[in-house]
Amino acid sequence: MRTRPQSAGDQSGAVFVLAQLTPGNRAMVVGTVAQANPLIAKRLGQLGFRANAHVDVIRRAPLGDPTIYRVHDTELCLRRREAQLIEVIPEADR
Amino acid sequence: MTACHDVEGSAVAVAGIRRVALVGSPNAGKTSVFNHLTGLRAKTGNYPGVTVGRSVGTTSVDGVAIAVEDLPGTYSLDPISPDEQVVTDLLAGKYPGIDAPDALVLVADATTLRRSILLIGQVLRLDRPCLLALTMGDELAARGGRIDVAALSTALGIPVAAVIAHHGSGIDELRAQLASFDRWQRPPVLPPIAEDDIDAWGQSVLDASQYLAPQPDGRTQRIDRVLLHPLWGTVTFFAVMFYFFQVLFTAAAPLRDGIGSALTWLGRQVGDHVGNPVLRGLLSQGILGGVGTVLQFIPQIVLLFCLLAFLENVGYMSRAAFLMDRVMAKTGLEGRAFVAMLSSFACAIPGIMATRTLPSSRDRIATIVTAPLMTCSARLPVYTLLVGLLVAPQTRWCGLSAQGITMFLLYLGGGLSALVAALLVKSTILRGDLLPFTMELPPYRLPSARAMLAAMWGAARVFLRKAGTIILATSLVLWALLNLPVRESQTQGMSSTDATAYVMNHSYAADLGRAVAPVFSPLGFDWRTDIALVGSLSAREVFVSTLGQVAAASDPESPQQALAGMTDDQGRRIFTAPTVIALMVYFMFALQCMSTIAVMRRETNTWRWPAFAFSYMFVLAWVMAFVARSIAMGLSA
Repeated sequence: MRTRPQSAGDQSGAVFVLAQLTPGNRAMVVGTVAQANPLIAKRLGQLGFRANAHVDVIRRAPLGDPTIYRVHDTELCLRRREAQLIEVIPEADR
Repeated sequence: MTACHDVEGSAVAVAGIRRVALVGSPNAGKTSVFNHLTGLRAKTGNYPGVTVGRSVGTTSVDGVAIAVEDLPGTYSLDPISPDEQVVTDLLAGKYPGIDAPDALVLVADATTLRRSILLIGQVLRLDRPCLLALTMGDELAARGGRIDVAALSTALGIPVAAVIAHHGSGIDELRAQLASFDRWQRPPVLPPIAEDDIDAWGQSVLDASQYLAPQPDGRTQRIDRVLLHPLWGTVTFFAVMFYFFQVLFTAAAPLRDGIGSALTWLGRQVGDHVGNPVLRGLLSQGILGGVGTVLQFIPQIVLLFCLLAFLENVGYMSRAAFLMDRVMAKTGLEGRAFVAMLSSFACAIPGIMATRTLPSSRDRIATIVTAPLMTCSARLPVYTLLVGLLVAPQTRWCGLSAQGITMFLLYLGGGLSALVAALLVKSTILRGDLLPFTMELPPYRLPSARAMLAAMWGAARVFLRKAGTIILATSLVLWALLNLPVRESQTQGMSSTDATAYVMNHSYAADLGRAVAPVFSPLGFDWRTDIALVGSLSAREVFVSTLGQVAAASDPESPQQALAGMTDDQGRRIFTAPTVIALMVYFMFALQCMSTIAVMRRETNTWRWPAFAFSYMFVLAWVMAFVARSIAMGLSA
């Protein structure tokens, strides 16, 4: 099992991937992981997951995947596969 | 219509007039703007050489026609899928055979403007006459956001038109501007290239136009709490899909039967008034029969697109796809393919047409070539006949009706094989799609009647014009095969059922049946069964009546009695249990429907995919039928 940021406040500065966050969490995007396919990384950036953007984790699908995020005033869903490519720093929950 | 040149055939380009293209991300309201500008005069087709849909319409400004093209939705001009490549190439004037449009209309949703800034910047860098149509301004205000449209225009350096695509306000002003695109303001300085700089540029544009992003939509949040709830969301999903399927399956039937009986009546009139028997047959069965085959799909297609447009415009479709994505991901497809697969349980034709909602053309093709394996309603009469021949109605297995269980297994087999085939196709020939699964969940909105009408009309029209002609032509060929040459002298004095049987058993189709008999004899089919197989290409259920006519059954629509007693030249029974099982399995897998083939041709824009689907399903059907027959013979021995 991977560790989760339990309460984001006391782990400030630690870098996680977006897939590790749970609904209700909020985070700031740092970038994409190094091994991500550059084309996919670029596309995720174009969808709003680029450095300094704030992401809210809204909801996971009942079957566990995909998950809805709010970024750049838009709600969109990503599968775990892509959410694992996005590096974030957790922020205080909403 | 004014100076609109009605271009016939497959070309959707309108020659010789000025062209404007709509560019925007998915969900920006691009298609609504397009529908309002062009009315119901849009022509839909495909871009040459690819499975990417193209819509071109015309609008007229002061009597001058302007072609408007609705480009596929895209998030950026750095393409990672064939669909996005089309947009990028077309805008750059690099698409083979299509010139770059004269002017561009960017369509952006005011409530998600920050996300669209990147695409706006990229399009401005093309340095073409460009106008921004800003939609959903009413919703922005209602959710506590604001924007100064005039200041946005100044900051971007291009004209900005506020439109509310929902009720069409601002459309006339937008249309009026289209005529004068050579006088549109052009940005004095183009936006920067580098992505970081473009963020800073975007922020300065938003600041200059005093943009305040809207609050998340409270109503949508409340509805989502229920509709995406692990329990209530799942229950609602199944209820919606059940109702959706019910409407498709049952509500279309009376309409279809109405069309059927109207054409039968017409056929009878022809029969009463035309003396020449060949001409009478050609008119009443060949032509009217073919027209009937085409028209009977219209109620289902129109209903499906009505429901699809409703669910899509309300915002539920993306929620359904969100709930089902995990399941569909197992087949290599995505949540949005679920609806197309489900629709194919009613009929593969609307199912195939429903794949247009999939953003990836690989996913579209994978769904198109596998959806016909789903047990469509045309298989039902065939299965009913065959199940009746195989097991007696009173037989019970484990206390359940044996006929019911057999039918259930046939449905299950069809559904599972479609999913397995999708998995195989997606992991072999259609592998390697980079496009990540991303889907926006728009706020819930009331759908406009106009959008739904446009969707219904567009689908019916495309089907009639593109697939209808192929279906009609094949129907005529099949009629000729089954009813020619004329046997008037030989059938003198026979009863009409015997005469029909005689004509069919000495027709070109019979020659064909005998010619292909070696292919099917390992499955136990004799040449008369093969005639019915040829006939069933016009629609699977025709198998029942053709077999009835061949066997000279007193009621060709329920030929069970006649078939059970049918024997071959050596006096052996033809429809033994292993042969009936082989026929069932054959119908479960074979693409025995030329209407489906015609629609595949239309949707994929090539004969390659229908040929592929027909071949693999034929091989699959033959092999599986052979295996099933061998097992059945082994068990009964």
